[in-house]
Amino acid sequence: MSGEQNSESRRLRLEIFRYNPQDEGSEPHTDVFEVDETPFMTLFIVLNKIRETLDPGLQFDFVCRSATCGSCGMMVNGRPALACRTLTSDLPEEITLYPLPAFKLVGDLSVDTGTWFRGMSERTEAWIHERQAFDPAVQEERMSDDIAAAIYENDRCIECGCCVASCGVANVDPEFLAGAGLNRVARFMVDPRDKRSDAEWFDVVAGDEGVFGCFGMMACADVCPKELPLLEVYAYLRRKTLGARFSGRDRRQ
Amino acid sequence: MTARLETTDVLVIGGGLAGERCAIEAAAAGQDAMILSLVPPRRSHSCAAQGGMQASLANCVKAEGDNAIVHFLDTVRGSDWGADQEVASIFAEEAPVAVRELAHFGVPWSRVRGGRNKYFIKGEEVEIDEALDNDGLIGQRDFGGTAKWRACYASAGTGHAALYAVDSEVVRLGVTVRDRTEAVSLIHDGKRCLGAVVRCLRTGRHFAVMAKATVIATGGFGRIYGQYTSNAVINEGTGASIALDTGIVPLGNMEAVQFHPTTLMPSGILVTEGCRGDGGYLLDKNMNRFMVEAEPEKQELASRDVVSRHMVQCMRDGNGVDSPYGPHLWLDIRHLGEEHLRTKLLEVWDICRDFLGINPAEELVPVRPTQHYSMGGIRVNKDGEAYGLAGLYAVGEAACWDMHGFNRLGGNSLTETIVTGRLVGRRVAEKSTGSELRADTGVALDAVAAAERRATAWLERDGEGRSVYEIRDALGEIMMHKVGIFRTGEELEEAVAEIRALLVDCDNAVLRCKDPGVNPELAFALRLNGMLRLAMTVAMGAQARTESRGAHFRTDYPLRNDRDWLNRTLVRWGADEDQPRFSYEPVGMIDLPPGHRGYGSDERIEMQQSIDSYNATVLQEQGREGRLETAEAMGTRLERGAWQAYVL
Repeated sequence: MSGEQNSESRRLRLEIFRYNPQDEGSEPHTDVFEVDETPFMTLFIVLNKIRETLDPGLQFDFVCRSATCGSCGMMVNGRPALACRTLTSDLPEEITLYPLPAFKLVGDLSVDTGTWFRGMSERTEAWIHERQAFDPAVQEERMSDDIAAAIYENDRCIECGCCVASCGVANVDPEFLAGAGLNRVARFMVDPRDKRSDAEWFDVVAGDEGVFGCFGMMACADVCPKELPLLEVYAYLRRKTLGARFSGRDRRQ
Repeated sequence: MTARLETTDVLVIGGGLAGERCAIEAAAAGQDAMILSLVPPRRSHSCAAQGGMQASLANCVKAEGDNAIVHFLDTVRGSDWGADQEVASIFAEEAPVAVRELAHFGVPWSRVRGGRNKYFIKGEEVEIDEALDNDGLIGQRDFGGTAKWRACYASAGTGHAALYAVDSEVVRLGVTVRDRTEAVSLIHDGKRCLGAVVRCLRTGRHFAVMAKATVIATGGFGRIYGQYTSNAVINEGTGASIALDTGIVPLGNMEAVQFHPTTLMPSGILVTEGCRGDGGYLLDKNMNRFMVEAEPEKQELASRDVVSRHMVQCMRDGNGVDSPYGPHLWLDIRHLGEEHLRTKLLEVWDICRDFLGINPAEELVPVRPTQHYSMGGIRVNKDGEAYGLAGLYAVGEAACWDMHGFNRLGGNSLTETIVTGRLVGRRVAEKSTGSELRADTGVALDAVAAAERRATAWLERDGEGRSVYEIRDALGEIMMHKVGIFRTGEELEEAVAEIRALLVDCDNAVLRCKDPGVNPELAFALRLNGMLRLAMTVAMGAQARTESRGAHFRTDYPLRNDRDWLNRTLVRWGADEDQPRFSYEPVGMIDLPPGHRGYGSDERIEMQQSIDSYNATVLQEQGREGRLETAEAMGTRLERGAWQAYVL
């Protein structure tokens, strides 16, 4: 099992970004903490240890601590990652931790992803656009297991924001949908229960904030902790959007 | 700083599945709903539910003949007859609708594949032809303690898929969500709940929200078991705490605490029961499937309480695998194959890779039982309304509704969130629609001031007191080792004394951090007293209950005792009272007479009273405990004797 160390344990040196916007006396800076490494140590364990024994004011977010909830995205040695599943044994002794960029800072390593994702969900209307009301008396509509699996593949995004933080466009344009947003659109597009027309989809995804605003640097796909197939997602969206455009023109002619 | 005051029709405290589903129902009925959530709702602990959601759809061969009555039977037996049978019946009947509604909301349920399918059942690989007619219906897998394959699932991310779909409805309906907020006390006048005092976890400021109805949906309190829990770090029982603080609303069956057989060593991260449902085994250090001998009929798929006890006994007998973190056992899912693991149990695959660096198609998974679920919670009637305080409701794990009794079946809680969310949301909307908001600003502002004084008192206290985290860790050790899977009167007495000492330590604890704003140490300190008080109700409830029922097992009283203990524990403990006050009420109207569960021990002390004479007292005794009137009379949803056709 990885995560096991040799008998000689390392002393980790963590340089951590600090700023408390609620404290008028606080200025952005970094603090350095030293922690002895233990077997299977994750950044979840390290950060709690620092807060509980060295600096009780340190702000960060964890919820599930099992890479499921997406709360603990942060910049780990310059790269967005989920802190809870980052084993220190995979890192050098010198570790720098910064909050994710592109999101509003709450304090130290804690950022406001909730507002960003709610806004994205509202802009893309990220819900099933069904024309009929739910009828509790009838059996569920059938769907092939393959289609269910395809939807599930995109539905696995945990909205951690790592892709947003890694995105050159999202860092300058707060409206850009970024990996998570575009993936969310694709998730509903492949879902036959969502009855939006091609023209409606076109409006959601074709603008500068949508798939054509992407510069194709693809850091998002490199950093996604769920390894979502973002390259295929963007190709799918471009294909669908262009198809909608041309088929729309055909109809008009 | 001036206190702020906000109003809404329906205030929902907690943004997990139960709270959100309830808010949707209220909003769809035209009520203003506001959700308070410690975290963005999609990060709620509901997202960590993996394996499935029980509903008797009868969609596959191994589910043939299933229906709400069979589901009811399994649920009551699972509860070890501690459940309210009418509530279990309502639940089982509405479960299929709840699951299908989630399909309508967009959950990508795994689906039945018509034709030849390979399954593992009781250690054997079998081939079963699923009817082509059923192709594309919602798929179902086996789970513990059930007669049929009933758990509907989306790979091993069922909770995630459900939560995202339900939250998408919340967004669609434009429901206000205030994330990073925490309800720190309830506002009430002794008869009626008027709202809650809220602390903003961005700024540390307090404000009041006044509402016609207040719904607590804060989940369980697993974190009183410290590191020995599968629960998320936010599951600190804040909702149950603020209800207990009123001194009016009782908590029910706090001693009924579930331990999940398979959580990962050493982190305690959940590994779904679906692994065993799909054919995984448990092995001891000699690679022996000890559950086959222990439970020949159900084997690894007996109920969680039974499997967890056999696992601990196996390790106590010296057959555990030693590790630096203590003994564990093995979960073997290698034979399911990589393709199955990476499609139907994907989250398990990921967790094994991320946290242990192992490939479960080739290696054994180290597991042990840890705290997982709180059957106990805020005692409510079948409409979800709390005993004693009109206008206060509770749903999901935070509530003791009480369909789980002393042991919840796997997959039943996820369904409960949606079933109760719909049902209670409807009741709340009905009452809220016809009533006026009582904005008693004086009471509200007093409550805000009191909350501010509590925070200030923490910041101003100086001296040599213990750290709040040290107290939390000490509590976790006490709870796991003395209020755990096997309990004794002696250890429980020690636990009670030790928790009492920790309450004193908490009164004298000193914060190291005095920073303005949210101050994470203060935020935790404000919950610590409540966690200790909840822990005390668990330990004292367990001490008083001199029998073994479901997950509550007393080695000094190993039999279920239907003569003396076929009842529900209630506990009240106002914030200004020294001692909790315990009382007991009948479990509810009984239809299925107490008997053998079909797994676990078949010995018990029999009920002496007739069912009729037991049932005759329920209305009056529960009324005396503060049960409020329900929309439909007690017992109307219990289809008497319907189960008889399904019991040999």
